[in-house]
Order: sequence, then structure tokens, then C-alpha cells
Amino acid sequence: MVSENAIAWYHFSSPKNFYPLAGRLIPWFWGLAVILLVVGLYMSFFVAPTDYKQGESYRIIFVHVPAAWMSMFIYLVMAAYAIIGLTWKLRMAEMMASALAPTGAMFTFLALWTGAFWGKPTWGAYWVWDARLTSELILLFLYIGYMSLQSAIDDPRRAARASALLAIVGVINLPVIYWSVKWWNTLHQGASVSPTMAPKMASIMITTMLVMTFAFWMYTIAVVLMRARRVILERERQTSWVMEMVNADPQAEMKK
Amino acid sequence: MSDFFAMGGHGFFIWMSFGVTALFMVIEVIAVKRSRQTVLKQLLRLARADLRKAQS
Amino acid sequence: MKTRHKRMALILVGLAGLAAAAGLVLNALNSNLALYISPSDVLAGNAPKDQTFRLGGVVVEGSMERQDDGLTVHFNVTDNHKTIPVAFTGILPDLFQEGQGVVAQGRMSDGMFKATEVLAKHDENYMPPQVADMLEKGEQAKQSAAGATP
Repeated sequence: MVSENAIAWYHFSSPKNFYPLAGRLIPWFWGLAVILLVVGLYMSFFVAPTDYKQGESYRIIFVHVPAAWMSMFIYLVMAAYAIIGLTWKLRMAEMMASALAPTGAMFTFLALWTGAFWGKPTWGAYWVWDARLTSELILLFLYIGYMSLQSAIDDPRRAARASALLAIVGVINLPVIYWSVKWWNTLHQGASVSPTMAPKMASIMITTMLVMTFAFWMYTIAVVLMRARRVILERERQTSWVMEMVNADPQAEMKK
Repeated sequence: MSDFFAMGGHGFFIWMSFGVTALFMVIEVIAVKRSRQTVLKQLLRLARADLRKAQS
Repeated sequence: MKTRHKRMALILVGLAGLAAAAGLVLNALNSNLALYISPSDVLAGNAPKDQTFRLGGVVVEGSMERQDDGLTVHFNVTDNHKTIPVAFTGILPDLFQEGQGVVAQGRMSDGMFKATEVLAKHDENYMPPQVADMLEKGEQAKQSAAGATP
């Protein structure tokens, strides 16, 4: 059983085998993402009740928190792939790390953006330099730094190694973001949901937030697999299997 | 209906949040799809050039 | 030195620089980015003198007074140990309420904090109004029961 798994992992860690597997998986993750998004949005606006203090504006939480969670989670996964890529010189892990970065950066930006539009009606300001907001902004810079470092170095292997180091160093920022509201006086409120405490939200609100989080998660897997396929094509363009695939049925490959 | 969009006076903030999030996600998907097709087209051109070289 | 080594060295230097920058930022966060100072700290002299800073705490129940000009408000901010009176001219955020968290920017003058900006700090509790009502009624019932049997 274990050895079979090991063989499967080894098999799909080769870009040649990963490429068609990703192609088969993408539609399933799209399906899940769309269903969860429809349900989540319906719950966000028609099922979740008005908040006793903030009224309707609190509904921004249903995109803000999932986006913020994804921004940190994607970084963690990216750093894990970076470590795997560095240690075992695994090309597929390097490519997955670079395929994750743009989506992570997007969710970081969206967390900041939706936070600004939630902060204005509740706190009275779009932005304050408090520890939570500042550390999330640093996360955005880390993603941008990672991507620009990669595009600045021509040799893909060296680019992967250098950017992997940056990604790993940047992991320090994740606990800072997470516990910033505890460690410092911040305008940002504390966590409503955490593994160690009873939730401080009505359960229907939490359910809605979780559905939206799973929707964003499935979206991330789908779009990152799509990007990984492009990265594979770019980096493996010299190999015979890519050329054979392109020549075999170019029109069909184009449509996918 | 207009009550729904007004969101108790917070419509602007709510729709800016949900709207921009949706917009970014749609744009990202289109951009990724396009960029893969661009790479494929390049590869196809390369392959054809190789083929012609081999034939001549 | 080969170009490969040169590039590697360049990248290492860049990474070291980045780590240093991150360290500095974290250090700055640690000392400066307490966003606000509590009334106790201010009265203990830990606030910058003759400079603007942010004061944070809870608005004391029943302390809010609108002045005759209709725009200036006075209220007291407390951290349950010490209290500082605050004056502010302008529009308060929607969530500004007595008994709620507040962060005000301004400076001390004659024992009063003259605020130029007031932000409302809300907590991490979210619930429908009906539940909030029920909780409040439950709290009142508990208090009156406690009052009946001292």
C-alpha cells in the first residue's frame, strides 16, 4: 500500500505525467468551485442574518476572511513546495511553487482591498498602519518580490532556487500576521474563529464563511493547476514529449 | 430590489468588495487560459519550423 | 570568478539584504506599531510629549456630551484603570458608541485629549439582532436575580 503510494507520487512528480493528470482534474475542481460559489453567495446575501451592530456591512466578511485565509495558506503551500524543490531538486515542485504565487498575490490584494472597504464604514478609515494591516501588506510585497526575482533570472533552475530561498525566509511573516492582533494594540479586531476558542459568531455566519472559503480553495486548485500546465509547457519545451504532444493534435490541445 | 442593492446604506462598500473580488477571479482565469494558448502557439510554430528544416 | 558564482553571490547578498529589511520592519513593528496607547500609559508619561499620538480605550457609558456648536463632542476614554477626557470636532464613525472601543488621534493639552480623528474599534462578535436582544435580556435577568438575593 505504502509502496504503491510512493510509486504514484514518484510517477506524478514527473511533468510528463503530471500534465495530463492536471488536465483531467481541472474540470472537477471547476465544478466544485462554481457550486460552492453559488451556494456561498446565496447564503452571504439571503441566508445569513443582519448583524446586530454593523447591519449589512459585515457581509464583507464573507469575501474578506476567505481571501485573507487563502493568502496565508497559499503562501504556506508555496513555501512547502519550495522546500521540496530545493531538497530533492524536484522540477515539478519548483513549478508548482511558481504557479501558486500569482493567485496568492491576488488573494492578498483582495484581502487588503475588501478590508479597506469594510474598514471605512465600520472603523471610519480605509487604512491604518496597524500591525495586522501592515504585516498583510508585507505578505503582498513578499509575493511580488518572489515573482519578480523569478522573472529577473533567466535560467529557470537558478530562478527557482533563488526564489525558493526568498519564499522560505518569508514564512516568518505568517505567524506575525496571524498573532498580530494579540501581540500588539491593533484597530483590527481579534479572531472570531480559532482552533482554541468557542466561535464568536452565529453558527450560520460561520457556515457561510466556511462555504466561501472552500469555494475559494477549489477555485485556487483549479486555476493553479491551469497555470502549472502553462509553466510545464514553458520549462519543458525542449523535451520530446512536449513536442510530440503539440504535434499530435494541436487543435485539440489548444481548446483545453 | 433597490433595497437589496442599497444594503442598508452600505451598498457601495459591499459591492466594491464583492464586485472587485469577482472581477479579479474572472480576469485571472481568462489570463491564465490565454497565456497557455500563447505558449502552445509558440511551440507549434517552432515545431513547424523544425519540420520544414527537416524536409528541405 | 565564474559568472555563475557571481550571480549566486549577488542573490545571496540580495537575500541577506531582504532578511535585514524584514528584521528592521519587525523591530519597527515591535516598538512603534502598537497602534494606540492606553489612558494608564498616557498618564504614566509614556506618550510622546507635544506630539500627536493615538489614544485607545473604551468610551465611558454616559460620558458623551454634544457641545452647543453641534459638532464638537466630549467623551471620556478609559481602560478600566485611568480615564482621559477627549474633545473632538467632526463626524463620528457609524459604530462609535458609548461602551465601545475607540482609537483617537490627537494630542494632550491641559489634561484633555484634543482629537483630530476618531476611529471606532469593533469586537469580533457577530450575531443577528434577535440573539443580541436575547443575550441582553438574559444578562438583565441574571443581574436582577443577583440583586434580589444579595
